[in-house]
Amino acid sequence: MIVTTDRRYTIGILVQNVPGVLARIVGLFSGRGYNIETVTAAETNEKGLTRITLVTTGDERVLSQIVKQLNKLVNIIKVYDFSETEFVDREMALIKVRAEQQTRAEVLRIVDIFRAKVVDVSPHYYTLEVTGNEGKIAAIVELLDQIGIEEIARTGKAALARSKKY
Amino acid sequence: MKLKGAQIFFECLKKEGVDVIFGFPGGAVLDIYHEMARHNIRHILVRHEQGATHMADGYARASGRVGVCLVTSGPGATNTVTGIATANMDSVPIVVFTGQVPTPLIGDDAFQEVDIIGITRPCTKHSYLVRDVNDLPRVIKEAFYLARTGRPGPVVVDVPKDVVQAFADFKYPKKVDLPGYRPTVEAHAGQVKKAYQLIRKAKAPVIFAGGGIIISESSGELARLVKLIQAPVTCSLMGLGCFPATTPDRKGLRQPNPFWLGMLGMHGTYQANMAISHSDVIFAVGVRFDDRVTGKISTFAPKAKIVHVDVDPTSIGKNVEVDIPIVGDCKNALQQMIQLAEKEPIQDLAETRAPWLDQIAQWEKEHPLSYCAEGDLIKPQYVIEKIYEITGGDAIITTEVGQHQMWTAQFYKFDRPRTLLTSGGLGTMGYGFPAAIGAQVAFPDKLVIDIAGDGSIQMNIQELCTAVCNNIPVKVAIINNTYLGLPRQWQELFYEKDYTGSCLEGSPDFVKLAEAYGAVGLRAVRPEEVEPVLRKAFSIKSPVFMDFQVVAEENVYPIVPPGKCITEMLLA
Repeated sequence: MIVTTDRRYTIGILVQNVPGVLARIVGLFSGRGYNIETVTAAETNEKGLTRITLVTTGDERVLSQIVKQLNKLVNIIKVYDFSETEFVDREMALIKVRAEQQTRAEVLRIVDIFRAKVVDVSPHYYTLEVTGNEGKIAAIVELLDQIGIEEIARTGKAALARSKKY
Repeated sequence: MKLKGAQIFFECLKKEGVDVIFGFPGGAVLDIYHEMARHNIRHILVRHEQGATHMADGYARASGRVGVCLVTSGPGATNTVTGIATANMDSVPIVVFTGQVPTPLIGDDAFQEVDIIGITRPCTKHSYLVRDVNDLPRVIKEAFYLARTGRPGPVVVDVPKDVVQAFADFKYPKKVDLPGYRPTVEAHAGQVKKAYQLIRKAKAPVIFAGGGIIISESSGELARLVKLIQAPVTCSLMGLGCFPATTPDRKGLRQPNPFWLGMLGMHGTYQANMAISHSDVIFAVGVRFDDRVTGKISTFAPKAKIVHVDVDPTSIGKNVEVDIPIVGDCKNALQQMIQLAEKEPIQDLAETRAPWLDQIAQWEKEHPLSYCAEGDLIKPQYVIEKIYEITGGDAIITTEVGQHQMWTAQFYKFDRPRTLLTSGGLGTMGYGFPAAIGAQVAFPDKLVIDIAGDGSIQMNIQELCTAVCNNIPVKVAIINNTYLGLPRQWQELFYEKDYTGSCLEGSPDFVKLAEAYGAVGLRAVRPEEVEPVLRKAFSIKSPVFMDFQVVAEENVYPIVPPGKCITEMLLA
């Protein structure tokens, strides 16, 4: 028996952009009891190809099965496990935060420190756009939570390997 | 010149060499049926769509060709799900064409609309919804290619009604373009060499062969390798027939093959389970280490280094940890291994292997497969032994699922590949009878016998009509013990004899039932009637049901209780 501990993994998947391809991937995860923490998908510069970035948790055996099972899907061109390579990853969050007279300055200070942007202003709220890795998003969310986050929408992680083309 | 979609459909099937379709019509596929008469393709009208899929499956397993079925939308499509899942688990190449409501209606909950692609996604190798008649030739080409290559499997092609009504130019593509699908056929030479070095040094090696040998047509290579390395062979249920259980002696009489251990696992033989558990090297080819084979994983083959060859990388390292993984076609890997064995043979082979083979012979002597005769009553194992005796193994055997299936695996000696068709992975009751019909369609002159239980035969009994109407002379041997035998056995052994739900009293008179369908019905209630009934049945050129009324509470032994190590067998 193989016993290992759970870890988070970021997986990049290059797929043919055909109907149902995302359903096949998501169905594979739910059907076999794997986790999806985040998933992002959008077309690439190459016609008909979509890049998906998926974050999952599991032990090494599970990860190895995930990569192999994904590779088995006919519409999937390439699967790569980023833990084996250097990669950059970013996610974007839209955060609607309470911004009353007495807290506006504090919100703007945080925006400045995190190099975020105010993208919408209303009488009681600022909507912020912040981009970064998971750590940065978590940090700003923690700070803003003390002031009062009304709503949050995150894209989930998008990742690319450094230098080498996958 | 433009052709109608329905005509394009048949032109494509002809290009793929399809000679028979197992099908059932309905609104969404009537354009295809209307076109059918103009093409030289045999249509077998089934009585339930599940039967069609199992027939296509039986046809495919028996012949190695792709089986085809055609059903309508909605319930026609959903009825195929069990057959598709069965084929998927056992890697059987079938293409299932389902009708679909016209494209403008898709998503509107139209009459007989169902998202069959969504429903079957987890149990197919791949699937297609054809939205444009111009895509039909490419999709059909890809469907057949995917079904039969790599690790074979079922492909569903969902064809909306307006697509087969539309017109298009017909051009069948010469090649497929599937950039995401490139099965590894060639086994890695370095890995094969490492594996061979391991086997050379082994003192107690076992070859564990499975369905992959049959699919890749490499029984000959396996037999050759066994000669070269003098290692005994055990099989998964799916592998039975890939290695001969018997060999002819000098007079041409069949004798037990000294390298054959019998089946492995829950109902495996004592010597097979002991040999695997005491082996130092397991050479596993075309298997997937199903839980019915391994028993408790943490105690499986504790001393063995494992070499695992499979064309499907997901099968390797999924259930057991593997020391030398080899992704590739079994035939290719075996051929490479044979070359190595011929070039650098094992020194003092006979001497090296003798203690191990002696030990195995000793195990077999201690606990051979056996059963006790019981006077006036028929023992189920006896019926199966008689079937083997009379046919001499020259028959295609299908089974349903349950005790009779395990007794068949134990007491019938399979010598040739594609002579046992059984639902191994999914364990589908109701598989064997339609599968026998499919196999008989592929081989009209062969003796095809479904060994059935009184429970499972009733799951697709309506196909008797299909057999009679199309004059498909399959023989069905019902091992009738008035119980769902395996559940009852488990209830006896593990649930304090609580037989809730497993008693089948009140089943129909199978002889009268056969006669009602226009088939022949025969019955045996005493041991001496078994042989005459079988001989008579095999001489009749039409479908026959044989009702063997056997001892009710016979158990399959050995049995490894669920969750136990495979050496912890209950032997009687």
